[in-house]
Amino acid sequence: MSLSDTFRSLTKPAHAVSGLGERIGDLPRVSRWSLIALFILSLYLMPWWPEVPVLGWLVDTPGTSFEGVITDKVVIYVLVALGLNVVVGLAGLLDLGYVGFYAVGAYVVGILSSQHANLPWLVCVPIAVIVSMIAGVILGTPTLRLRGDYLAIVTLGFGEIIRISANNADWLGGSRGISKIAKPPNIGPLKFGVLDAKPYFFLGLTVILITVFFLRRLENSRVGRAWNAVREDEDAAELMGVPTFKFKLWAFAIGAAIGGLAGTLYAGKVRFINPSNFPLQLSILFIAAVVLGGTGNMWGAIIGGAVVGWMPERFRGFADKRVFVFGVALVLVMVFRPQGLIPRKIRKERWLANWKPRESEGEEVARG
Amino acid sequence: MSDWLIYRTFWDLTVTGIALGAIYALVALGYTLVYGVLRLINFAHSEIFMVGTFATLITATNFIGIPLLEAGNYPYRTGFTLVAILLACIVGGMVVSGAGAVLLERVAYRPLRGSGEHVGAVVLAFASAFTASLVFTETTRTNVIIGLIGTAPLAVLYLRIFRRGRQAPRLAFLISAIGASTAIAEAVAIWSPRDREQYQTPRVLEKKVLFEFLGTEVRIDYVLVIVGALLMMTALVLFVNRTRLGRGVRAVAQDVETAKILGVNVDFVILITFLLGGVMAGAAAMMFTLVYDQTRFNIGFLLGVKSFTAAVLGGIGNLRGALLGGLVLGLGENYGAAIFGGQWKDVIAFVLLLVVLMFRPTGILGESLAKARV
Repeated sequence: MSLSDTFRSLTKPAHAVSGLGERIGDLPRVSRWSLIALFILSLYLMPWWPEVPVLGWLVDTPGTSFEGVITDKVVIYVLVALGLNVVVGLAGLLDLGYVGFYAVGAYVVGILSSQHANLPWLVCVPIAVIVSMIAGVILGTPTLRLRGDYLAIVTLGFGEIIRISANNADWLGGSRGISKIAKPPNIGPLKFGVLDAKPYFFLGLTVILITVFFLRRLENSRVGRAWNAVREDEDAAELMGVPTFKFKLWAFAIGAAIGGLAGTLYAGKVRFINPSNFPLQLSILFIAAVVLGGTGNMWGAIIGGAVVGWMPERFRGFADKRVFVFGVALVLVMVFRPQGLIPRKIRKERWLANWKPRESEGEEVARG
Repeated sequence: MSDWLIYRTFWDLTVTGIALGAIYALVALGYTLVYGVLRLINFAHSEIFMVGTFATLITATNFIGIPLLEAGNYPYRTGFTLVAILLACIVGGMVVSGAGAVLLERVAYRPLRGSGEHVGAVVLAFASAFTASLVFTETTRTNVIIGLIGTAPLAVLYLRIFRRGRQAPRLAFLISAIGASTAIAEAVAIWSPRDREQYQTPRVLEKKVLFEFLGTEVRIDYVLVIVGALLMMTALVLFVNRTRLGRGVRAVAQDVETAKILGVNVDFVILITFLLGGVMAGAAAMMFTLVYDQTRFNIGFLLGVKSFTAAVLGGIGNLRGALLGGLVLGLGENYGAAIFGGQWKDVIAFVLLLVVLMFRPTGILGESLAKARV
């Protein structure tokens, strides 16, 4: 397979194969994997992007360090958007209090590594993820029987309850917050210090890649199909025998776990958290990230998270007007692309193409 | 000990709770009306309320010319002057909030419904050209000029797109609302003279004790708020129940398609719904400044969330539910704050909501704008 062949199959007319993903999927294995490897490599080189001629001008953030923006904002927002996409995009549950799980993750690391114990960061992470997951189940069990907008307002309340509780409980550091949180352990040449943000970025990107892999498997499994069914029509799904409550709870728990994971990364990076880091507005920003990118599409969530994290910093030239610009931009994107920047594809043809009835089934029926 | 506090101040808390609840209820009406008709959480409604408080402030200080302080005292007025000023303020708030709500509907929602829309296209075109001009210059006047120049070509472009006649998914409305709400709050924060600071509103009404009720002194501003809110709500209920347009609102709430077939101008009815919500929010805004004497660019958010909570608590889409929900929330919050401490006030509001929804999943009175049980 020569390079020109690769190019040709990538630029095939649109009616032959539908999306870029499928075009890459249709490539021979070697070219496919080298493309993917190249893509991932370029992501790992992101801290050096501002030095590339044209791209550099496009992405660089004047006034703040680009490295800082991609570690503090982009990585976190992308991870959060991935998690929230499970809840909002895949299962179709509008969660306006997602910042609550993010805060739970960060606070568990804070408590276990600084406030009440001295555990290393790596030990705290799995505990934090599990605790966030439990928080998801605790919130989900009473509330998931509610539908649509009732669920939205209750989850919004949950996010606020978490923040105010952290603010009022001295055990959680009160409004002063928790400082001296443990940082991730050094891995070989990667030293997690104060000055260099790159190691944190590499760590975050790795976590994102693992999450993407995990979510892709999940999306195409029985669980993913059940979520699909619940999102499209909950009553029909229930009638067809999908245990909707169970799968909604799973969506909540998995979403919460990823939100908590993002919280642990955040706490490990900034090493100081207080309740004002987790305002209700952040939840709304997270939702905006998912919907902006395209609900239910993982690539959409990634792009949306990156845009929402990066854009206000890119336009720091507007100084205090950037939030206003962000608001207008949200309205404009929704007017022009109501399905989000990268909408979810309706994979009907693909479903039908891949669907083969098992031969034995037909024979059994025929035999009676 | 704190139980003792609530025992001693129970009736005080009741009076302030009802006044706060009345304000919640007025704002909640806006959420409930729009939800009843469009099945949409109008997230930007809180900012319509915030704009109303600023309109009240501007009416009082700039148009009528009342200073914040007169020789170190509050600029109290009495008799006919006082009534005229209060009426002017409430009308100012209602007009600006109503207009704001109508504009919001045309700019942020109607294009998403896929109907051809001229005003929205023009305003959106101006907003985009203005925003883009921020890249080049920081001078507001230049921004406005560039915005005006860019409006015509962009508006033509937008109009072509708005005609596509496709309904956007529900979440798109929510995000558009969030965007509009952020933009409105920030615009006020940036382009008001003292940026993000708090503004005092002139206190023209001397807050005297009007009468005693069960050993509690009831201040005149609370009485005005409660009576005013009840009047506004009665007027709204009569409008929805008795007038031709009100029948249109109920018809659209019941079934959009059928209403359309039967000749109801759905777009107009939706506009009226937003206008009604905005007017109620404007009245609530004036009452808010009457009681608290202050405003800020970000007061809308929390009050909006609480009011939406009140609407859901009472049963969203239900006008009487909004009143009941507002009062329950205002009272519950006040009692709860006295028992558990003021810092838990917001937690109490949400826990109350959770408990009610667990036993009555569609709120206390249920959803029913359509069923005309308003």
